[in-house]
Amino acid sequence: MTSPQLEVLLQTIIAGLLLGGLYALIGIGMTLIMGVMKIINLAHGELMMVAMYIAYVLYSSFHIDPYLSVFLAAPVLFLLGVLLQKYLITPVLRVDAIIPENQVILTVGIGMVLSNVAAIIFSSDYRSTPVDYSTKAWYLTDIWKGSPIELSLSMPWSVSFVFAVLITVALWFFLAKTDLGKSIRATAQDKDAATLMGVNVGFMRIVSFGLGSSLVGAAGCLFIPIYYLYPDLGGQFTLIAFVITILGGLGSTVGAIVGGLILGVFESLTATYIGMGWAPVGRFVIFVLALIFIPGGILSLFKRRR
Amino acid sequence: MLEIKNINVFYGDVQVIRDISFKVNEGEIVALVGANGAGKSTTLKTISGLVKPESGEIIFNGTHLAKVEPYRLIEHGIVHVPEGRRLFVDMSVEENLDMGSLKGAAKAEREKTREMVYKLFPRLLERKKQLGGTLSGGEQQMLAIGRGLMSKPKLMMFDEPSLGLAPILVREIFSILGNIREEGTTVLIVEQNVKQTLSISDRAYVLENGRVVIEGTGADLLNDEHVKKAYLGV
Ligand SMILES: Nc1ncnc2c1ncn2[C@@H]1O[C@H](COP(=O)(O)OP(=O)(O)OP(=O)(O)O)[C@@H](O)[C@H]1O
Ligand SMILES: [Mg+2]
Repeated sequence: MTSPQLEVLLQTIIAGLLLGGLYALIGIGMTLIMGVMKIINLAHGELMMVAMYIAYVLYSSFHIDPYLSVFLAAPVLFLLGVLLQKYLITPVLRVDAIIPENQVILTVGIGMVLSNVAAIIFSSDYRSTPVDYSTKAWYLTDIWKGSPIELSLSMPWSVSFVFAVLITVALWFFLAKTDLGKSIRATAQDKDAATLMGVNVGFMRIVSFGLGSSLVGAAGCLFIPIYYLYPDLGGQFTLIAFVITILGGLGSTVGAIVGGLILGVFESLTATYIGMGWAPVGRFVIFVLALIFIPGGILSLFKRRR
Repeated sequence: MLEIKNINVFYGDVQVIRDISFKVNEGEIVALVGANGAGKSTTLKTISGLVKPESGEIIFNGTHLAKVEPYRLIEHGIVHVPEGRRLFVDMSVEENLDMGSLKGAAKAEREKTREMVYKLFPRLLERKKQLGGTLSGGEQQMLAIGRGLMSKPKLMMFDEPSLGLAPILVREIFSILGNIREEGTTVLIVEQNVKQTLSISDRAYVLENGRVVIEGTGADLLNDEHVKKAYLGV
């Protein structure tokens, strides 16, 4: 391999990992909701879109940096998730359904309403937050003068990645170390046993939906410095979240992280070596392959069979 | 302490509990025994609120449990160690124990109670970081009991604690039930292991097809002709 080729490969993998870190955040939010609620939230990407519009408005009207808007958009999305769960999903959960998956269908409806409302308010124009650091980067040769190859690290991508990692670590701490976090995990594992131990399962559902929404909301704010925004953008991110959770093995947080990174790298490789437009096709291929060959998720490959 | 008055329970259209009444006095070990499908587990689930009775009353220390949210029961001092252990399989031994002490005094005294549980079951201390789902059957039962004890209950309900255990472990579990009572916790136990259960019980009720058909002291029932024929195989 010549060094320009190696440069391209390494650069592609770096870009993929940075993208994957953001994907992981989206996937973890979905996983959390799926674990506790046992439903696929098909409005996940639309919730992200809402957070992106919040960041967009904060930037264009008040010149608030998208990275700062994480601290506002995430709580707002938490609240939105709580309200959706409490006033829409829970009541539907109680009704004896004609179709068994009616909460899932409800989430499709929620997603459609959100994107239509966004289209009414903001029109379907593409938006972005043209921050002045959007094209800044760090170069390997700046740090290591004699480096045989040149690699660069985009500043906004790296900052977004670091944010995503910090949020993931904070979430891990919450789930592993606090009683509320443990109660959420217990509810996902056995809701009746959790009830017997004093866990208010209904409350855990509300908190989990709020938390899942705020995670994807945070991901939205991290995406907007490096991406553009339009009302229908949610659908593809819902699909991405769905692919990650399948890859990760439904309901596993660690699986979602691994799934996110793999999907990010895979898409980046597809974009470099096959063509920009092929990324969604690659995503679909990996999705189908995962469904067929590793139905238990990637982590199941590493676990010893019991 | 606990009084069940004329409860009727249905799953859909099928009635599985028919007008059952019984009581548990403070400090007693009371047993519900009966064949598969007699309705023993359903009775315990009705007390814990996981299943709602069609009619009848359940009163615990003067409180009507119909008015208590199921997840609040543990704060009233009732804990249910369910059939099949129902551990949190992806949580460690220690985390499972934490889950027993989420509220009030139990939470404040978590460390102390955990020491006590580890003293009772040293095996759990050795395996405190191991996931609940990877424990052996006997260890899982110990953990399920330990998790219940973490709530510092006044009344502990056990659903078939001896299920699937080797005879030596069964004896250990039964002697621990005795200890639990000695420590001042009242015990309501559901079992198919009729002989050993009756021998440690103060009083017992025999359930058949959702009805109480015989009641009496443990010793009385051990000598009862019907019990002998149907459950003791003599
Ligand atoms: N969720 C349910 N839906 C419908 N029927 C049920 C349900 N749970 C139990 N049953 C039925 O109710 C009856 C009583 O069940 P229950 O579990 O209370 O019996 P049990 O005495 O505990 O039996 P075992 O000793 O086998 O555990 C059985 O006929 C059972 O099939
Ligand atoms: Mg049973």
